[in-house]
Amino acid sequence: MFTETVLKEIESIKTKYPNPRSALLPALYIAQKEFGWLSHEAMQCVAHAIDLPEAAVRGTASFYAMFKHNPMGRHLIQLCTNVSCMILGAEKLADFLKSKYGLESGGTTKDNRFSLMIMECIGSCGTGPAMLVNTDFYDNLTEKRIGEILNTYK
Amino acid sequence: MEKILLKNTENADSADIDGYIKTGGYKGIPKAFKLKPSDIIEEIKKSGLRGRGGAGFPTGMKWSIAAADSKFPKYLVCNADEGEPGTFKDRHILEKNPHLLIEGMVISGFALGSEYGYIYLRGEYPHAKDILEKAIRQAYEKKFLGKGILGGKIKFHLAVYQGAGAYICGEETALIESLEGRRGHPRLKPPFPVNAGAWKMPTIVNNVETLSNVPYIIDAGAGAYSKIGSKDCPGTKLFSVSGCVEKPGVYELPMGISLREIIYTHAGGIRGGKKIKAVIPGGISTPVLPVDKIDCPMDFISIQKYGSMLGSGAVIVMDESVCMVKVAHRSMKFFEHESCGKCIPCREGTSWLEKILQRIEHGKGREDDLGLLSGIAETMLGKTFCQLGDGAACAMQSMLKHFRGEFEEHIKRKSKCQSSNAKKE
Ligand code: SF4
Ligand code: FES
Repeated sequence: MFTETVLKEIESIKTKYPNPRSALLPALYIAQKEFGWLSHEAMQCVAHAIDLPEAAVRGTASFYAMFKHNPMGRHLIQLCTNVSCMILGAEKLADFLKSKYGLESGGTTKDNRFSLMIMECIGSCGTGPAMLVNTDFYDNLTEKRIGEILNTYK
Repeated sequence: MEKILLKNTENADSADIDGYIKTGGYKGIPKAFKLKPSDIIEEIKKSGLRGRGGAGFPTGMKWSIAAADSKFPKYLVCNADEGEPGTFKDRHILEKNPHLLIEGMVISGFALGSEYGYIYLRGEYPHAKDILEKAIRQAYEKKFLGKGILGGKIKFHLAVYQGAGAYICGEETALIESLEGRRGHPRLKPPFPVNAGAWKMPTIVNNVETLSNVPYIIDAGAGAYSKIGSKDCPGTKLFSVSGCVEKPGVYELPMGISLREIIYTHAGGIRGGKKIKAVIPGGISTPVLPVDKIDCPMDFISIQKYGSMLGSGAVIVMDESVCMVKVAHRSMKFFEHESCGKCIPCREGTSWLEKILQRIEHGKGREDDLGLLSGIAETMLGKTFCQLGDGAACAMQSMLKHFRGEFEEHIKRKSKCQSSNAKKE
């Protein structure tokens, strides 16, 4: 169940748009934050708050890459391997995450500390390879730097 | 050259409202409010401003169609869903100069008779969201936004809408679907958004960079603006330069500047003294140019003669060590992933292009694969529902056209690509 505060937040988002359905994406973000991922329960809560059939909520959520349909580790690494980053060696970094942390795209470490998503461009192409850890940007990545950065996420 | 979009962005307080005002910001609003809305649209027309999202459509023309529609309310939507791989210029404005965009939107809203603006921001820019929301709060406090702007009667409300990671939402009708809380599938046109867009009302969708040009045009005048850049495509352009250059980054340069100048004069030339091999001039959905075409002038019209497109101005530079099969494969993987699945030529086409390129790269290419690739691209061209499919097909064809030898060699070699940027299995 959503808390009263969350429900109020969603209600106030609805007022910003001519049709309350626009609050669906924001509500999915909120649900994801509350539940960690879009579980069945999370989707039900959203359907209720926006007053939409659950199928419509699921149908919309499944279209977007940033909504998570599986439980995730404590920290989400989103590494870009698109062309600009690839030219600068991003795929070697993906291999590094696999060999050192056992992480594959969509996977989670055994200790539940990290999950990895291989991303399309995240807008740091000039200073690639780049990644997001949760909502923090990191660029000019090397194997060494990734190791150091990840050490700071417990 | 005087900077319009990146003016003062090196200042530490450039994203703060006081920092922006101190350097002459928000002067355009009172100036615009003294004019008639139709005069502002005339001024934009005269300036020759073209939409910076990729298509280069004349902004003033788009505006006058929307303004002529009598339905009300009208919506002004800023397309900040910058997703074209290689592009990071809008992010620069959003993070370093958010008030320029806000000022541009207030003026545009007034000109268009719109009281509601939305900034559709891509989900991958959480940092920009915080900066933008803070800037909007500050603008409300100082009465540049809200019910009575500058204490007068003019209204304009602005909110940020966060996308959720779908490249196709950069297409304006898909963006509108998403803003309405649905899957981002492109809509059939007509009706065009200017007549029936968000919530079936006239909706003007403009890119971040486009709207950020508006304060300057109002402040300095269309005459001053149209003197910058090329004749048919005036103004400055932001170029996101990435790949094998010494100094990658966002550069604001006059429209029409040559690729060569961008790369060698501004971005410091090729890294490590290597030789340049190819350039993707406008993000990965624009055709690649081989090295003998780098004198190409970079504006919406001139570049067509060289067989490519300006796109978002994302210049991706590749040196001799970069494997073009790899670049093609990664590009098609992107399009396959981002195809929204609504129409068959794109959904199936991108997926097959990706599969075939993957086997070529892995040394399992077949003799007739190149024919297959160009056949699929040919079948897609002009038959997809939106630009995404066309972009993918054009990019594929350009790779085959200019680097056929490299593809053939991969097929003949029958072993995995060993280029330095090739993926290990
Ligand atoms: S071209 Fe691709 S992205 Fe566009 S509508 Fe068709 S399937 Fe969707
Ligand atoms: S290509 Fe990696 S951030 Fe743009």
